[in-house]
Amino acid sequence: MKPYNPEQISRHMSRLLNWILLLACLTAGQLPALYAAESDTPLHAAAELFKSKKFDQKYQAIQLLASDGSEQARAILVALMDSRLYTLKRDQRLIMLGRRSGSPDAVDAITGESVGNVARGAMNKITLNNRMRSQIRNALAMLDLRNPDKTKRLAAVNQLLDRPDAASAALIQSLLEQESDGQIREAMEIVIALGKLSSGDKTERLAAVELLDGNIHPAVRNGLLKLQQSTSDEAFAAEIKQVLDNIKATLQLYSLVENIFFGLSLGSVLVLAAIGLAITFGVMGVINMAHGELIMLGAYATYVMQLLMPEHIGAALLLSIPVAFVISGLVGIGIERGVIRFLYGRSLETLLATFGISLILQQTVRSIFSPLNRSVEAPSWMSGSWEINSALSLTLNRLYIIAFCLLVFAALFLVLKKTSLGLQVRAVSQNRAMARAMGVRSEWVDAMTFGLGSGIAGVAGVALSQLTNVGPNLGQSYIIDSFMVVVFGGVGNLWGTLVSGMGLGIANKFLEPWSGAVLAKILVLVFIILFIQKRPRGLFPQKGRAAEG
Amino acid sequence: MKTSYLKSSLVSMAIALAGMSGAQAAETIKVGILHSLSGTMAISETTLKDTMLMLIDEQNKKGGLLGMQLEPVVVDPASNWPLFAEKARELLSQEKVAAIFGNWTSVSRKSVLPVVEELNGLLFYPVQYEGEESSKNVFYTGAAPNQQAIPAVDYLMNDIGVKRWVLAGTDYVYPRTTNKILEAYLKAKGVADKDIMINYTPFGHSDWQSIVSEIKKFGSTGVKTAVVSTINGDANVPFYKELGNQGLSAEDIPVVAFSVGEEELSGIDTKPLVGHLAAWNYFMSVDAEANSGFIDAWKSFIKNDKRVTNDPMEAHYIGFNMWVKAVEKAGTTDSDAVQQAIIGVSVPNLTGGYSAMLPNHHVTKPVLIGEIQENGQFEVVWQTSGLVAGDAWSDFLPGSKDIIADWRAPLACGNYNVKTAKCSGQNYE
Repeated sequence: MKPYNPEQISRHMSRLLNWILLLACLTAGQLPALYAAESDTPLHAAAELFKSKKFDQKYQAIQLLASDGSEQARAILVALMDSRLYTLKRDQRLIMLGRRSGSPDAVDAITGESVGNVARGAMNKITLNNRMRSQIRNALAMLDLRNPDKTKRLAAVNQLLDRPDAASAALIQSLLEQESDGQIREAMEIVIALGKLSSGDKTERLAAVELLDGNIHPAVRNGLLKLQQSTSDEAFAAEIKQVLDNIKATLQLYSLVENIFFGLSLGSVLVLAAIGLAITFGVMGVINMAHGELIMLGAYATYVMQLLMPEHIGAALLLSIPVAFVISGLVGIGIERGVIRFLYGRSLETLLATFGISLILQQTVRSIFSPLNRSVEAPSWMSGSWEINSALSLTLNRLYIIAFCLLVFAALFLVLKKTSLGLQVRAVSQNRAMARAMGVRSEWVDAMTFGLGSGIAGVAGVALSQLTNVGPNLGQSYIIDSFMVVVFGGVGNLWGTLVSGMGLGIANKFLEPWSGAVLAKILVLVFIILFIQKRPRGLFPQKGRAAEG
Repeated sequence: MKTSYLKSSLVSMAIALAGMSGAQAAETIKVGILHSLSGTMAISETTLKDTMLMLIDEQNKKGGLLGMQLEPVVVDPASNWPLFAEKARELLSQEKVAAIFGNWTSVSRKSVLPVVEELNGLLFYPVQYEGEESSKNVFYTGAAPNQQAIPAVDYLMNDIGVKRWVLAGTDYVYPRTTNKILEAYLKAKGVADKDIMINYTPFGHSDWQSIVSEIKKFGSTGVKTAVVSTINGDANVPFYKELGNQGLSAEDIPVVAFSVGEEELSGIDTKPLVGHLAAWNYFMSVDAEANSGFIDAWKSFIKNDKRVTNDPMEAHYIGFNMWVKAVEKAGTTDSDAVQQAIIGVSVPNLTGGYSAMLPNHHVTKPVLIGEIQENGQFEVVWQTSGLVAGDAWSDFLPGSKDIIADWRAPLACGNYNVKTAKCSGQNYE
């Protein structure tokens, strides 16, 4: 049930009155008058304007609907925003499709009566452009200012804050009295203060500047900057400068936090891509050039899972983690058993053979899935960002991936330290002959270790499918970075991989704004080369007798 | 008696066989298709190979050309630039193809260029490119910068009121040259240095966090800001995703792209892209009879109802039909004769008009600006009132504004300097 809203009721009343009047006209036999009265409403005028192909007329139509402000006008605006507004080809009637995509039921946009199932070919979509979208958004925000839902009201005020204009400021001023929620009042006061910045009254201006002190919304800064340039009063200008400096200092702090976040997120991608390699290359000493393709297989596994479960994108993503692990792991074991085990100790041949395998895997994927990139959808809980304030918002997909990276790292660490497989892996990698003498089946351990490393690569692929293209070349772009991270971190050390991945990520992100993306990559690479000259065993070299072995 | 009969029949059979094989060789005209079918560019170029096969197939059904059937010769240069030159040589000197349709990247075209010039071949190049080139043997059926980038900037400036500009591109020759032209153009229009931000990223860049955050800060000064993107292929998806995730909508900061088309959109989740723009000479959504016929033909040829059409496909459509018409006009497939005949040839394009081959080996085209819709198609929001003639040498670069190309006699020059009245040869840089 809708809550009590006097304005709405009165609007309904007036519409009822209209109908009664119409009925009266009808009984009086004045049919033309009925016609005139019906097409005179703003809704009809807007519907007429929407039929035009010209955007100018559509802007006017939206204006009409916005000033009408009725429930039906709002519904039309929302439908237009969602691309559900069409005209019927046969009688040019404006219709709205149902909310669910693909739902066949359409209703007349003005009267709300059902027009039944309309075939795709029998209607024309009302096309939108960006200006219309922002116009509608603002119009809806103005209507939402009176919405009983608190979050909607706040969103509406914030929307108007993004694009401040005189009309919205006046409306907000008039609504300020009624507003009970503190947070919304605060936001409203900022909008009003922004409006007052250009006021003629000096004390009012000063009060507004003081109110805006410490606010980091871009609209505030822009308003103050404009005022600072236009004012002739020096003391006032100094006041503004003080406020602006405060804002600048706060912004710098947030941008530092943001940069660290960017670095950590890039780092977590590097760690995810490299951590499988840290096992196959680091622990076993196999140079596996097909590592990138194992990542790619994981990403394709995600794609296939989403194809199988088109209704549950999020669940498919979660399920594809074990699936990708198993697929890439099995392929990895296949590679180890089929090729690599014959080449242990001959690293150059291993490198060439696995490079060949990587090309075979790429072309296989190209033949099966076509050379085109495949579309992997992001579930809704992974899109958007966590807005801390207007200067700092952390994107959700990156947050999830950082957390995921740490989880995978922890799991792998536990497997290697706490399980018997982990013990055997470490034993074989430290001293194969001794381990065999103790009854460890070293061949089996080799296969399992390689499978584990490959499986982790597959899991990394699931994460990467959310960030980048899923295509046959996915793996290639990560193989160099992966080796870089493992070598820098110290071969055979998981902690080293974590620290070096995160470190390189942060270094890259701090260099990037200063040097550009291309140069930042080069600088990082040069740094690593120089570092390896000094410390060939990386950040965390293995110590003791194991290192010699 | 018997032996002589046998002999004579054998002889006649041999003659018949020889005649047949001779006739068969003469009966086909070979058409070379030089598109990568493997490697990084396979993603875009495979489609163009199929388009050519379809066009040749259709022409053969109509009775071929000069009474002969066309025979496609497909080679795979595997996204390997030097291999492009080798394969072009193979097509021209071994296969003796009448014309080559191919290449995508500028660097592959530059690698093929000396070969087609040396062997006097014909190359039809279907992709938008940076201009600053006009070869006797190459026909550029894609857009020159003045047929894509400049109109797009005009639209943003005049219709959207954009005052601050981000020129973002992948780090190679096409974006660098295009951005140089755009920067000169914007400055000529009175845009200040501080209102232009130029950014280059490596191929396949996937971590856009800092750059998008920088764009966000650049665009938050209260002045309308737009991004002109020459970001290539693969890097686009993470770029748009990051824009969406950081809350930059097309209404705040629209991105107009020159390398994002229907084909690229079919491989991605379009939600974060809705409302962003692209400038092309053709969109699949254009409502024209020729276009719907082409789309239907394409879908039935490729046997997939979901496949899309795009701008470079239209360029091949135009280029192939121009070549056919020129060969008919010349009455031969001889390279020099076709080069003469093709200038001025006009064929229908897919947007309901006609495109003509200009003396500078570029074509006339309409320019359309489209907004990306949720279904991966474009909604045309603006278009040039008439056709735009492709300009080989940009009028906005100091080195090239005095240069024109005109391959008609008596000038017959790809880079004629109108000030010094000199034809400086092909190697202008």
